[in-house]
Formats: sequence, structure tokens, C-alpha cells
Amino acid sequence: MLKAIRERLSLQGLILISPTMFWLIVFLLVPLVLIVVISFGARGIYGNVEYTFNLDNYARLFDKGYASILWDSIWIALMTTVFCLLAGYPLSYYIARTHPVRRSLLMFLVLVPFWTNFLIRIYAWMIILRGEGVLNAVMTALGLMQGPGQWLFEQIQLYTPGAVLISMVYEFFPFMILPLYTSLEKLDPALLEAAADLGARPWRAFLRVTLPLSVPGIIAGSILVFIPAMGMFVVPDLIGGAKTVLVGNLIRNQFLTARDWPFGAAASMVLMLLTLGVTLIYTRTFGFGEELVP
Amino acid sequence: MSERARPGRGLTVYAIIAYTYLYLPIFFLILFSFNTSKFSVKMEGVTLKWYGDLFNDKAIWESTRNTLIVATTSTIVSTVIGTAAAISLQRYNFRGKGFSEATLYIPVIIPEVVMGIALLAFFGQTGFTLGLPTIIIAHIAFSIPFVALTVRARLQGMDRAVEEAAMDLGANEVVTFWRITLPLIMPGVLSGALLAFTLSLDDYIITLFTAGPGSTTLPLRVFSMLKQAVTPKVNALSSLWILVILIVLVASQRLGARKT
Repeated sequence: MLKAIRERLSLQGLILISPTMFWLIVFLLVPLVLIVVISFGARGIYGNVEYTFNLDNYARLFDKGYASILWDSIWIALMTTVFCLLAGYPLSYYIARTHPVRRSLLMFLVLVPFWTNFLIRIYAWMIILRGEGVLNAVMTALGLMQGPGQWLFEQIQLYTPGAVLISMVYEFFPFMILPLYTSLEKLDPALLEAAADLGARPWRAFLRVTLPLSVPGIIAGSILVFIPAMGMFVVPDLIGGAKTVLVGNLIRNQFLTARDWPFGAAASMVLMLLTLGVTLIYTRTFGFGEELVP
Repeated sequence: MSERARPGRGLTVYAIIAYTYLYLPIFFLILFSFNTSKFSVKMEGVTLKWYGDLFNDKAIWESTRNTLIVATTSTIVSTVIGTAAAISLQRYNFRGKGFSEATLYIPVIIPEVVMGIALLAFFGQTGFTLGLPTIIIAHIAFSIPFVALTVRARLQGMDRAVEEAAMDLGANEVVTFWRITLPLIMPGVLSGALLAFTLSLDDYIITLFTAGPGSTTLPLRVFSMLKQAVTPKVNALSSLWILVILIVLVASQRLGARKT
């Protein structure tokens, strides 16, 4: 009797999940396995894929030119994550500490730019950082366009790595704020009072109580920023000009223009292993944060 | 509950700077959509010319239509099957549950470009013709997890006593689902659907790899406009986009506030 009920319940569960699993297996897992297979193949003369087994594509990735692309991608993604965290933590902290009624309004204001299209956000920065753009006009009007001011502008104007970084941080900022805010908002103020009662100065209470308790938010936010930043090719395209080529650009080009699918597939595998590796190290060390759920 | 310590003055100043950083780019974007000058960053005069140009652009209308078809279809499909998946994972135990949960996380944790090229290779090798249907298939695949995770979060916070009461009063499982469970999880389902819809509207990367001739969506169109000579027409399009999103967001907030 009990066994029959359990089997019936198990069947209901399977029926409910089956459309989703069908979709994800056919249109996600099978394509990903195909990429693994293709990455060991070779490019045919007509840009077709010859299914062989060799590691040439992977070996090529560690040639000098390509290795530096991988390194640049990791570096820019890490810098984006660090800047998002440094800029995002005080803001999340501020929002979590304001009056509850204002809190939801302030979070809403953080999210509005994020809900608009990400190409629009990139374009907004193109207008500002262009050679003849808003920043140049403002700095010229203030008489800052000389000496160090001029130098600073040259570091961040359109088609430089500095501009890529500014735009990437803007792009992914809300991904950092959302989980950080969630973990800071849950923090019981009584804990800080207890710390104060026991004689801890505010700064010390922050370091010993608030910061450790917000670690899950820091982890989740860093992952949510790092993963898309690693694969990003649109920002380098539009903001970096031809000067910044990241692994995302490399993969896109192999599939859409150079038509060397096996090489592009190998680059995708390396990208995926790098992002999964970093994510695993993070989650294994600190536990899988529920803040990852939107 | 004790009163929270209010943020200090330094932090308030910082917050003002942060919000300026978030909104200043958008402010200039909208401002220049009314500029008579084509390239200058000086406001030389106010005009609605660029909005007029936009409305007379057939290609824009066509991509808008494509975008709406893709977003609507993929939202409906992913919301229905994603909600079923959430109920299954939250309420039932079955063989392969761990595998299903792990699979659901894949689109969240792999870079979009990898998903894009994987689908391109798959469609190419299995003889699919690239076009609106392949875009819709791809958008459903990346939306399902977001719907399922959102609805599941709602289910987790739900009190099962109401459902049990309905069953005790003689309602069968189907009636209980439609009359009790679904209305209770509706806010979660709606926010999942809103998420799926905006993800679809926003998507450029995966669409780039799964689109074919004649299936250009609005983000693809915007990108090619940005690659060519940029005119304030792009500003006009962006401003309208922001306006529409803002209306949808405020409306859904109002709706959500009334529900709870």
C-alpha cells in the first residue's frame, strides 16, 4: 500500500519535470557534448568539421598569442569583479541600513538600468567616453584637459582597455548589489549592538561581525559578475575597438567568420573549465549560497 | 526588534555618487535623443526629428515584431514547463532528481557565448534552418531555469496547511492545484515570467548564434546600428525602450504590492 503510493508520487514528479528535462537535454546537454566532440576534431578544407581525435586545437591555445588572450580575459574579469565588489559593498550596506520603506525604492533604482537592454548601457558609455564625447567636453570646459587630466582621459577614452573596464563594471554592477544586499539585509542588528555593548568600536564590529556574515553575499555576487565577464565579447567589440581581444571574441570569430569550429570549440572548453573551476573553488570553500537564486 | 543604526554622512554622500554613476549615462543618452545636431555633444536645439525617423524605419518595425514574437512565445512555454519543474522538485522525490537539479543550474553557470556556439553547432549538424524557431528554442532553454528557481523559492515559503484543508474538505488533487496552489504561487510565477520576458528582450549573444536571414531581433538591429555611423536615432530608440521597461516595471510593482 505505502509502496504503491510512493511509486505513484514518484511518477507524478517525473511527469511534471519531463518537459523541462526533455528541453534541457536536447537543446543544452547534447549541444554541449557536441562541442566537446568537435573540440577534438579538425577543420576540413571547406570549413567543415572532420571528426578525428587529436589535441592540436588545445595545444594551439597555449601558443604565445592565444595564451595572452586567455590571460587578458581572466585579468579583465577579475578586475571587473574586484571593482564591482569595492564599489558595490558600501552601496549595498547603505541600502540595507536605510528605512525599510526607502529600501525597496533604492533597490528598484539600482535595478532599473539593469532591466534595460545591455547594448543600450554600452552605448551610453560610448557617448561619454568618445574622443569628442561628454567627458572630453566637460573636462575641457573645466580646464582639466592638460597634464595629468589629459593623461587620465587618454587612459579611459573610447577604444582603450580602461574604457572596457569602466563599461564592464557598469554592466555587471547590479549582479553584485543584489546578493550583497540580500545578505546584509538579513543581518540582525542585535548582533552589532551586542558587539558594541561588549566594547567593540564600530569599525571593529564591522570587521568581526558584519563582514564575515556577508561572505555568502560576496561569494554569490562575485560568481554572478565573474562568469558573464569571462565570456563577454560585446563590450570589447564596441568599447575596446580592435585593441582588446578577449576569449569571447576569439570564440565568436572562429564560429562566425574564420569558420574553424574545432579551434573555437576547444577555446570554449577552456573558457568553461576556467569559469567552472573558479566557481567550484569558491563554492567548495564557502558553501553554495542561496543568494545565487534570483 | 531594535532600531537599526542609521547610515553615516560619509556613506550617504557615497550613495549619492553611486546613483549618479548609475543614472548619468542614461540621462545623457536621453538628452541627446532630442538634439538637432547629429554628432556634437552640445545641445544645439531641441527636435523630435529622430523619433520621426525611427517611426518611418521599416527595418526597426520588423525587428520589433520579431522580438515580440520571440519574447512572448518563449515566455509562455518556459513559464508553463518551468513552473511544473519547480513543483516537481519541491514536492516530489524521484529517481534522477539530483541530476535534474544540476542540469537546471547549467544555463546559469556557463558563459552565454558557449551556449550560443553549442546551439549553433547543434542546429548546423542536425539540419535545422536558422530563423525565428531556432531563436525561440534557445530562449526557452535559457529561461526555464530562471522561472523554475523563482517559482521554487515561492513554493518554499508556502504554508501547506491550506492545501491540506482543501483536500480534507473533499477537493481532489486537480481541483486543489487550480483553486489553491496556483493562486498562492501566482506572484512567483508572474515574476518568473517577467524575468523570462526581459531576459529574452535583452538577449543579444545567444540570439546572434541562432538567428538566420530575416529573423533580426531588436538587439541585433541595435548592435549593427552601433557598428555603423551612430546617429541620435539610436538614442531615440534607446529612450523609448527605457520608457517601456520603466512602465512595465512600475506596473508589475504595483500589481505585486496589491497581491501581498
